[in-house]
Amino acid sequence: MNDNTERNLALSHMWVAFIAFILACFMGEYQVLERSGFIEALDSPAMYFASVSTHGVLMAYVLTTFFIMGFGYYTASTSLKVPIWNKQLAWGGFWLALLGVILAAIPLLSGLASVLYTFYPPVQADTMFYVGATLLIVGSWVWCGIMIVMFLQWKEANPGETVPLAMFATTMNAMLWLWTSAGVALESLFLLLPWAFGWVDTIDVGLARTLFAWTLHPIVYFWLIPAYTAYYVFVPKHAGSYLFSEEAARAAFIVLVVFSLPIGFHHLYMDPEQASGWKMLHGVGTFVVAIPTFMTGFTVIAALEIAGRLRGGKGLFGWIGSLPWTNTMVLSIILSLLMLIFGGFGGIVNASYAMNAMIHNTAWVPGHFHLIFAGTTVIMYFSIAYYLWPILTKKPIYSNNLALVQLWTWFIGMSIMTTPWHVLGLLGQPRRISSVVYNNLMTLSWEPYELLMIMGGLVLLGSACLFIYLLVKTQFGSTTEVFEGEVEYAETYHPVKDLPDYLNDIKIWNKVIAVLMLVSFGIPILQFFFLDTYDSSAWGY
Amino acid sequence: MHIDPLEKKWAQIVLAICALFVGILMIDALFHSVNAPSNVETINSAKLHLSEEFAEDNLGVQMDEKGDITVRMVAGRYSFFPKKISVPAETKLTFRWVSIDVLHGVHIPMTNMSTMIVPGFVAEIETSFPKPGDYPVLCNEYCGLGHDHMWSKIDVVEKDQWNASQITTKGGDEK
Repeated sequence: MNDNTERNLALSHMWVAFIAFILACFMGEYQVLERSGFIEALDSPAMYFASVSTHGVLMAYVLTTFFIMGFGYYTASTSLKVPIWNKQLAWGGFWLALLGVILAAIPLLSGLASVLYTFYPPVQADTMFYVGATLLIVGSWVWCGIMIVMFLQWKEANPGETVPLAMFATTMNAMLWLWTSAGVALESLFLLLPWAFGWVDTIDVGLARTLFAWTLHPIVYFWLIPAYTAYYVFVPKHAGSYLFSEEAARAAFIVLVVFSLPIGFHHLYMDPEQASGWKMLHGVGTFVVAIPTFMTGFTVIAALEIAGRLRGGKGLFGWIGSLPWTNTMVLSIILSLLMLIFGGFGGIVNASYAMNAMIHNTAWVPGHFHLIFAGTTVIMYFSIAYYLWPILTKKPIYSNNLALVQLWTWFIGMSIMTTPWHVLGLLGQPRRISSVVYNNLMTLSWEPYELLMIMGGLVLLGSACLFIYLLVKTQFGSTTEVFEGEVEYAETYHPVKDLPDYLNDIKIWNKVIAVLMLVSFGIPILQFFFLDTYDSSAWGY
Repeated sequence: MHIDPLEKKWAQIVLAICALFVGILMIDALFHSVNAPSNVETINSAKLHLSEEFAEDNLGVQMDEKGDITVRMVAGRYSFFPKKISVPAETKLTFRWVSIDVLHGVHIPMTNMSTMIVPGFVAEIETSFPKPGDYPVLCNEYCGLGHDHMWSKIDVVEKDQWNASQITTKGGDEK
């Protein structure tokens, strides 16, 4: 099959993702330096909050969305062994989303949209920022549509057959993203845009926060699913093993997608506009969504253990040492799982309803999500890139050893940066300050931790630069060697037979999600229309 | 469909772990009233100065006839008002927070006095401080470029000492 367009689509999307990533890494290091207050010349709240807003948008929206789209297109075409459906439309989505990014970047970089990536009305940003963010989302819906069409077409052409796991996960993620982004899209279309354009004077802040919370939790699963997909479909093969259980993998993806949606209120635990009963309901759901992660840990570690034993590892832990640690995919999952264990532990604290008061909006929270997103998730984006780059560019990877160094330094840097960040949170440091000006002795105890964070950030920045260097060297290097590998997906340890239809279908889960969303968000949203609420006028910042 | 016996065992352990956590949280919430601040009470943030409750004279620490203490605070860029208050330790306090402008958050470090302050709503939270001391009151939600400077002070004093000061000064809040 001539897959030039597919390879181009994947490369273009991923380059946008990784360019956004490296720019945001530089901003991250600037921010950790600025907020420490160690270098007086850097002190500038205006610059800091513009940078934080841009860093958040680039990492959370651009890196993720573009990576997921690019990876998704290539996964669909290679796992189903068909060309991408409607390539013009796919390119249209790419350019639309890119236009959105550029429109949003202009006000962000000029300090006209320092409202953080979470928007936070009634502080108002430049109109172009909201327009850009909306276009990025609409562009990503094109990808969702193409994934779902390809999934359904394949099922129709292959009745009774099992959709490849990689495609099943990708399509579930596309459906998840449609549901997830609906919340922020509603906020944008009905609240933010009319208000930013000046068609209405005021905004219902409680409703805006509720709609954003709809998006805010499942969006992290949208980011995480490609990493889990690699856990299941790439890692076993690279380790020289088998996928332990395909059924468990499918069940994990389904529970992740279905239960990540109706639980967004754990972001509103401390908010006065929602009642405790709804918060508790969402809190219980939050623990349900921990289950597939526990199951994923079991299934992928089982695959690794089989690999270790096949390679001659003996004893209770001996198999760990005999794993192929020099394979980037294997090394990255080991490091990813380590960060998942600690990040998951922090997440359980955040999820714990009233206990959240201890760490809400403290430095603990960015510590947590850097560990679990920038750590657990992004390290898998790296190894997926290392795996796909030779296939997409038809050139061998520039240096496997440097890639291993890059993964290790990312892990070490992330550990050095996020551990003190968590501690700072427990010591009461708020998350979103650009300097420490509280005239209080307590803040002296924060300083050594800030110093550690700066060093962690430096290691991370070096690692990020090395990553980009390796991709550039691989793709544009002067080698004449041709790489001829193709994407290979893991085989299952237990052959899959008699797969029930609910593990091979998205439609039924779509209905389940609709019911759960109605139950968990119906009244909490409707209440704003029968409560006597007072809207806010727009404020600068 | 194949389910490995080990997998089944692990699934049961996982369910038990999650049920344990949820169980503890629910017992605390339902039987010990350990809840997140969630009173869903609206107020017109633009007219706080005209409201009876949050008019200037009424802010700060107040004890009613029954001896219950309510602390009324206004958050506005860039401070919490009154800027310094004094409360007794080991005493149930009801905080009522409102915003005069944008979104704020408030946290008194090392305590569970934490809530978002959303314009249009009153955030009510009950707590008590076990340890006397000078605590900062920090804004923990980005509210504008001066956000770093948004903080105030709270003195938590021994119960007896606080009660004694009430008799001499009448009305516990320092303005």
